[in-house]
Order: sequence, then structure tokens, then C-alpha cells
Amino acid sequence: MATDIRVKEIEGIRPGLRKSSLMRQSLRRLMHNKLAVAGFAVVVLMFVLCFIGPFFSPYTDNKINMAFMNKPPSLKHWLGTDALGRDILTRVMQAGRISLTVGLASMLLSVFLGSLLGAIAGYYGGLLDQIIMRIADLLMTIPGLPLLFIFGALLSEWKIPTDYRMYIVMLMLSIVNWPGLARMVRGQMLSLREREFMQAAVVLGLRDRRKLLHHLLPNIVPLLIVMATLNIGGAILSESVLSFFGLGVMPPTPTWGNMIDAANNILDFQNRPWLWIPPGLSIFATVIAINIFGDGLRDVLDPKQKR
Amino acid sequence: MEPVMNIDGLSTEFFTEEGTVRAVDNVSFKIGRGETVCIVGESGCGKSVTAMSVMGLVEEPGGRVTGGRIGFQGEDLLRLDKNSLRSIRGHEIAMIFQEPMSSLNPVMKIGEQIMEPLSVHLKMNKKQARSRAIELITQVGISRPEQIMGSYPHELSGGMLQRIMIAIAVSCSPKLLIADEPTTALDVTIQAQILDLLRGLKEDSGMSILLITHDLGVVAEMADYVIVMYSGQIVEEGGVVELFQNPQHPYTRGLLKSKPVMGQRLEELYSIPGQVPSPLALTPSCYFHDRCGHCMPVCRTRQPLLKETGNGQKVSCWLYEEAELYV
Repeated sequence: MATDIRVKEIEGIRPGLRKSSLMRQSLRRLMHNKLAVAGFAVVVLMFVLCFIGPFFSPYTDNKINMAFMNKPPSLKHWLGTDALGRDILTRVMQAGRISLTVGLASMLLSVFLGSLLGAIAGYYGGLLDQIIMRIADLLMTIPGLPLLFIFGALLSEWKIPTDYRMYIVMLMLSIVNWPGLARMVRGQMLSLREREFMQAAVVLGLRDRRKLLHHLLPNIVPLLIVMATLNIGGAILSESVLSFFGLGVMPPTPTWGNMIDAANNILDFQNRPWLWIPPGLSIFATVIAINIFGDGLRDVLDPKQKR
Repeated sequence: MEPVMNIDGLSTEFFTEEGTVRAVDNVSFKIGRGETVCIVGESGCGKSVTAMSVMGLVEEPGGRVTGGRIGFQGEDLLRLDKNSLRSIRGHEIAMIFQEPMSSLNPVMKIGEQIMEPLSVHLKMNKKQARSRAIELITQVGISRPEQIMGSYPHELSGGMLQRIMIAIAVSCSPKLLIADEPTTALDVTIQAQILDLLRGLKEDSGMSILLITHDLGVVAEMADYVIVMYSGQIVEEGGVVELFQNPQHPYTRGLLKSKPVMGQRLEELYSIPGQVPSPLALTPSCYFHDRCGHCMPVCRTRQPLLKETGNGQKVSCWLYEEAELYV
């Protein structure tokens, strides 16, 4: 009996689709989106400049040289020097390291927290859902920026050492950012969990952990990638805002935000644009590139959400 | 011989805004070893819900199994704890669904999905699971198994996906396979192939099958024993030959009559008049009375019971209880 069934087999899979995985298909579609590719290129360039650039610089970010105070851009100091004679270019690159790291790390942490808590809330429902989502609601009802200001002020009050502040800023940004993600993930979970293939997973006798991690989470990976990308831009901005107000990462550790602080001084603002234009432009270019790239990713990975 | 599954007095209710709906009402039957039992009936008669109840898929707050016993290997599935239930599902009892397209996880490769129950229930390592998966794919009649292992569900046709579902279901050599309308979503030629496949697998492995269908052609082809359901109750049951030759309940007769016969020309195909009554508005009566050509006064006021009528057939209809009525 079984043998003549094998003979009857007449269907085949389309050869064109044979070897392309879902990721590769998406990648190919992404390559067609010129703007997104350009955005990605700018982001990569920023990372390369900030992480490798300083090695080629003859200066270090905190070396004070009073002989070269407030010099405009020249061949020796391409972007000039600041009030303490520190090379602006080197400092912008060093600051980029901090800003990008803070953005990336806080994004990873908030995606981790958001997707885990959102998935648990959506999958199990009931009391657990209530607890998690009410905490999320609480965090979302307080406007993000004031909340960050309060945190930042507390940090200054408690005299946290400057070296640690960077990590605490990451944590702060994640705490403000995870609720939005958790909500989105929870919504997806609520609809996915009712899908027929999840019923099939129940019928297969799989454990909850396996169902969550192997069956449900991979289904929201496209959404997570897009959210994560857009989140980096937001985190960089928030960090800059905090540092600009002197509540984030503290000088002398440079970040793009606390470098723009120079614009607070009317003399620097009017006479020494080389102090604040480079970090400002860096923030602008990086965030816009990330957002454009994120938009492109969304069109590719999540076609349903097209505007 | 001891039956594989012994269902006794199963009732399942759903809680809706308009009230409680009893979707399965006091249903009892047995499934023997190596036997194929078919449940037939119109849409909404409770056949799928019966299967879901057996599998424990009716969950609160939507609905609840309110009574009865599902005996399986000396235990009652309705009273097992979560862990024991999980080790039975997919291992001893497997299930395939109506829609193969949506029953497989769209972002997992076919291979991973076949290997999953093997590693979960049979504790196979990656390599063993892989070679067994390839064996299974070949067994369900798909060529180039290596290639299929690496494809995603959207790359295969419905018929192939249903074969994969069957491969997953039989991977742990279950004692009982529940198939909920396994061919409804497929076109006719594929239907026949899938049924052949199921029958072949059953003969090879000796598993029992609980087949849910509305297609009497499928019943005739597959079943050993037939259960006809209407409005959540069993109205007639019996061996497939007896039931097709001598249908007793007017509903069964109607169903058989509304099936086209090869070579017979008719102006219009017979259909049973009326509709399944709303499960919200049921009164103690024969639920079929307002569609029945033999309706008697008693049918409107009292519910008939399922009674043996000889030939191993059981029927619940006042027509066969006249003697008792007038005593």
C-alpha cells in the first residue's frame, strides 16, 4: 500500500524558491531600496569612524593643551580645538563611541525586557498579564523626558562616579523604553497564540517554554528587528538630550550631547561654531540614517504595516 | 479486546454572550485497537468539538468540558495533570487538522517541525531525529526528502503540507490518530491520496483513527464504525456496512439520500429541509423533529434515548420505540 502512494507523488516544489531562505529573500528586497541602503551605509560609516578613527588620531580626547585653546579648524586640528585645547575631531569620535554604545546597549536591553515581558504577558494572560501591563502603563503615563530628568537629577544627587554613569544612563533609557515594546509584542502574541499552528503545537505536547521561544518569538522577529533599529535612534537622541542638560554622561567623558552643551555659551555659539556643529551634525546624520534604514527594514520585513 | 479509547458521557459547553451552549451533549463511544471510527454530521453538530475535547483543546474562559470520562490506557484524560497530558499528546495521541496551510509554523523549516516531537517525546538526538524525519517524509510519499527538510511551509502545496502534518502526527507511533476533516481543504484528487496514505499507515502500524468528516464518501472509504451526530448528540451509530445498508434514523437517511449516486440522473439533488436548530434554544425534544418527515407529537416533547436495535446498530428515535411508548 505504502509503495504505490510513493509512485503517485506528482507534486513538486517550485525550483526558483528552492534555495533562498526567508532572510535572504528579505535581504534581496532590501537591496532594492536605495534610500535604506544609503542609511545603512551612513550608520556603518559612523560606527567605523567612531570605533576605529581615534586610533589614527595623534591626540587623545582628554589631553589638555593650553597652547592650542579655541583654535579654529586648521590642518593640524581638522575641526579645531575647544577651550582646553582638546582636539574636537578626536573628541567627536570618542563621543560617538559612547553615544553609539549607549544607544545600542539600551536598545538591546529594552528589546530583551520588552519582548520577554510582552511575550509572557500575552501568552499566559490572566494575573501575570495584569501585573506586567499595569507596570508598563504606569511607566507610560509619566512622560519619558521628565522621568529621565528625575532619574538624572537623582544620579547627580547620589554622586554616582562618572565612569558608572554611562551604564546607569543605558539602564534608565531601557526602563523608559521597554513598555512600548512590551505592548506591541503582547498584541502580537495575543493574535499568534490563537493561530492554528499553535493549537498544533499544543497537540504535539510541547512545553510552554518551547512554544514561546521556538514557535512564537521567531514569528515576531521581523517586528523586533524594525522596532530595535528605530529604538537605537531614539536612545541616542534621549542620551544626547540628557547629556546636554548635564544629567546624562558627565564631562570630561565626551558624548555628542554634552559636547553640544558648548552652544549654551553665547560666545561659543556665536564665535566658535566648530565646537558644536560637528557633534550636532553627527547626531543628526546618525539618527536620520538609522530612521531611514529602519523604515526600509519595515517595508521589507513587515509589509502589512506600510503606511 | 480492550478499546484504545473509551469515551463516556462527554459533555462540552461554551460560554457565549447569549448564554451557555452545550456543543457536545452526553456523547459516549469506544474506539477499538486498529479501528477507524468516523464521526459524521453537518456543520455545527459538535463533531470537531468532540475531537477538541478529547485533545484537551477546549479551554476556559471560552468553554469547558463539563462532564464525562475519556478513558485512555486506564486513565481519565480529563483528570490528568498538565505534565502527564503533555507526554500523551503528540506521543500516544496525535491529531491532524483541517487546514494544513495554517497548521504549520510559517517561520520554521519543515525539518525542524518534524524533528521536534521526536526529540521531545522519544528523546532522540539531532542526528537520529534527522534520519527518522527523512524516513517519515519518504513514508508519506514525498520524494526529495532532504530538500523538503530545508523548506518553509509556504514553499509547499496544500497536499504536501497535509502529508507533512501526517508525518509529524505519526512520528512517535501514536496509538490513536485524530483527524479533524483532514481532506476538506484539499482538492478531490489529493483527497483520495491522503486517505490512501492514512489507510496505509494504519495498516502498517495498527493505530486507531478517529476521523471527523462531513463527507459520506470518505466515511464509506475509511470507516469501520460510524457515529452520526446531530446538535451535539449521537443520533445513530453502527458498523459501516450495516449503517449504509440499513440507515434507521431519519437524519441518517436524509444524509445518505442527499449524496449524488453515480449514473443516476435527477432534476434536483435531495436536501434535508431546514437548518440545524440554534443550540441556544433547545427544548426537551428530539432536536431533529422540525426537519423530520416522520415527526410525531412525542418528538416535540420528549427526547429519545440511544437504544440498540439489533445488527449492532444504535439509534435514538421515537420511531423505534413505539412498542415501549404505548405500554
